[in-house]
Amino acid sequence: MPIHAQPAFPRIPDHVSSVPMRLLIIEDDREAVSYLVKAFKEAGHVPDHAVDGLDGYALAREGDYDVLIVDRMLPKLDGLSLIRSLREQEVTTPILILSALGQVDDRVKGLRAGGDDYLPKPYAFSELLARVEVLARRRASSPGTIEATSYHVGDLHLDRLSHRVTRGGHDILLQPREFRLLEYLMRHAGQVVTRTMLLEHVWDYHFDPQTNVIDVHVSRLRAKLDKDFDTALIHTIRGAGYILRPDESPREPVAS
Amino acid sequence: MSEAERAPARIRNLFRTTAFKLSFAYLLVFATFAFLALGYVAWNASRVLDDQMVSTIEAEINGLSDQYKAGGLRRLISVVERRAGEPGASLYLVTTAAGERVVGNVGALADGTLTQPGQTEAAYARSGQSDVLDHHAIMQVFVLPGGFRLVVGRDVEERDRLRSIIATTFGSSVALVVILGVVGGWFVASRVLRRVDAMTETTRRIMAGDLDGRLAVAGNGDELDRLASNLNEMLERIGELMRGLREVSDNIAHDLKTPLTRLRNRADEALHGADTPEQLRLALEGVIEESDGLIRVFNALLMIARLEAGSAQEIMARFDLGLVAQEVGELYEALASERGMQLVIEAPEGLMIRGNRELVGQALANLIDNAVKYGGSGGAVHVTAEERGSGVAVIVADNGPGIPEDARGRVLGRFVRLEEARSLPGFGLGLSLINAVVRLHQGTLALEDNRPGLRVVMTLPA
Repeated sequence: MPIHAQPAFPRIPDHVSSVPMRLLIIEDDREAVSYLVKAFKEAGHVPDHAVDGLDGYALAREGDYDVLIVDRMLPKLDGLSLIRSLREQEVTTPILILSALGQVDDRVKGLRAGGDDYLPKPYAFSELLARVEVLARRRASSPGTIEATSYHVGDLHLDRLSHRVTRGGHDILLQPREFRLLEYLMRHAGQVVTRTMLLEHVWDYHFDPQTNVIDVHVSRLRAKLDKDFDTALIHTIRGAGYILRPDESPREPVAS
Repeated sequence: MSEAERAPARIRNLFRTTAFKLSFAYLLVFATFAFLALGYVAWNASRVLDDQMVSTIEAEINGLSDQYKAGGLRRLISVVERRAGEPGASLYLVTTAAGERVVGNVGALADGTLTQPGQTEAAYARSGQSDVLDHHAIMQVFVLPGGFRLVVGRDVEERDRLRSIIATTFGSSVALVVILGVVGGWFVASRVLRRVDAMTETTRRIMAGDLDGRLAVAGNGDELDRLASNLNEMLERIGELMRGLREVSDNIAHDLKTPLTRLRNRADEALHGADTPEQLRLALEGVIEESDGLIRVFNALLMIARLEAGSAQEIMARFDLGLVAQEVGELYEALASERGMQLVIEAPEGLMIRGNRELVGQALANLIDNAVKYGGSGGAVHVTAEERGSGVAVIVADNGPGIPEDARGRVLGRFVRLEEARSLPGFGLGLSLINAVVRLHQGTLALEDNRPGLRVVMTLPA
């Protein structure tokens, strides 16, 4: 029996996705499957599941899913071979790999096989949900499109070409790393991004940030953005991470 | 198995040893070369002798034919008669066209010799001795006007004797080479075999459970010695790994019990003590926090175990350690300044090393995290990267309480926490993880005194 974190459900109403996702969970641990199915349903999504690699492969080829969640170790057909076969059949559905093997090279192997994201077990459900939502969104914005050159969220504006950030027409001066952090938050505006996702995409490291290093960076950025304004843009989602969205609620709502 | 039964097996084994096979192969090659070299010398020597004889004969024939031209047959006969009487001389014979001897020191010739003008090797008998053709000579037959034949020759006995001496020497030296080779090969092979047998015996004992057994090293630095000392090092490493494994299980038993008990208590509290939903929620959050902490410990332990198990599985590539020091330093800068500390990064770019960027980044993050955690507010943390020798050194220095000299070796072990740090969060795995990463990269990790504070120097080969 692998070590399994079964964290409490996050306060979902904070960020129920407006678009329900169709998900396929391929995992042989039935207890984990029923937990995931229940949790995804409560988050407003439509999960299917398969408990072995062959069933999973058949379902993944036929069904129209937004994201596939694939365990690495599966009976009948292992996770990486399943992913490779799907990619050979030109199934482009985003795939998140779940694995009890959390080492750096396992991650690389998973991504090389055709996975889009990798989450080592045990994981917090909030982390999985956030990552799956980001993957689904990427699919929705049709693959291959050039990324926007500027982002707008409420009165916040970020120009990727001139590296300029303004809020309500006022310039906000950011350090290069703060700019990248904001850029990532804005690209995923309306979605929860977790601390590890930030460390992965803004700093390009994949380890577990044990202390609150990321929080300090986010609160610095938040201070710069929200100074002189009444409404907060970056919100903390307790037990999960952060979300950037225009909000009419008063500044610093202190979630929970 | 008795000694007697063992002997044939031993001999069979001897033939199977590499040393014996090699000796045999060398012997074969050497014998072939010796054979060829001696044969060439013998052939050349006999050829030189032959040539010399032929040219002597030719010179004499020329001289005699000059005498004939000057004084006719009479003079030739008298000269031949005189020369034939000299001791150790060449062979001379003058005959009539019918083959009757006129003058000379040759008694009889093999049939048909006289009818072949030119050079020939034939049997003959000396004049005044028996008619048995028991001598051999190289001869030249010269036909004089009037049908007379002049035969000049030289006995080949000396040449033949030389040939036979060479042949004897040849045979005995080849035999000597073969005997020496076989004996030498046997000697070398049995010596090697004895040592290999001893090694086999020791390894069998080790396999049977005597893990402290080591192979004997003769100290002469030959290949068997190197093999033995490598195997000993391997055994040492295996022993270390096994000790580590035992240590981990001991540690798990001792150090993980505490947080697990805490976790259990919190759950118990939630079940029995919580009256309001708010209290229940708080208790459950505590449970999650505890289990997250435990998961981290497990992850760290697994990672250390895996790193210590070996490098083969990790992906190694060239990367800029200076840049990593900058990035990771910058990651912690905000945290440090929030704690009232100053984080100073001095890391030029372009300090390339070969390794795993993720692991080194994580090790460095742990180091800086420690420095910020233990450095004490108001202090400064210096992160420096510089070239050192053929590698790159990353130095993380703080002004905290430091680590006493006698504890510096100990803190690299798993779950070691000094008394002074008990109040701070952590499980005592940070430095052992760093150490594991450094060892994976074949680097060194040194803990030094920063007066005051701790200075950790991580040196990784390029």
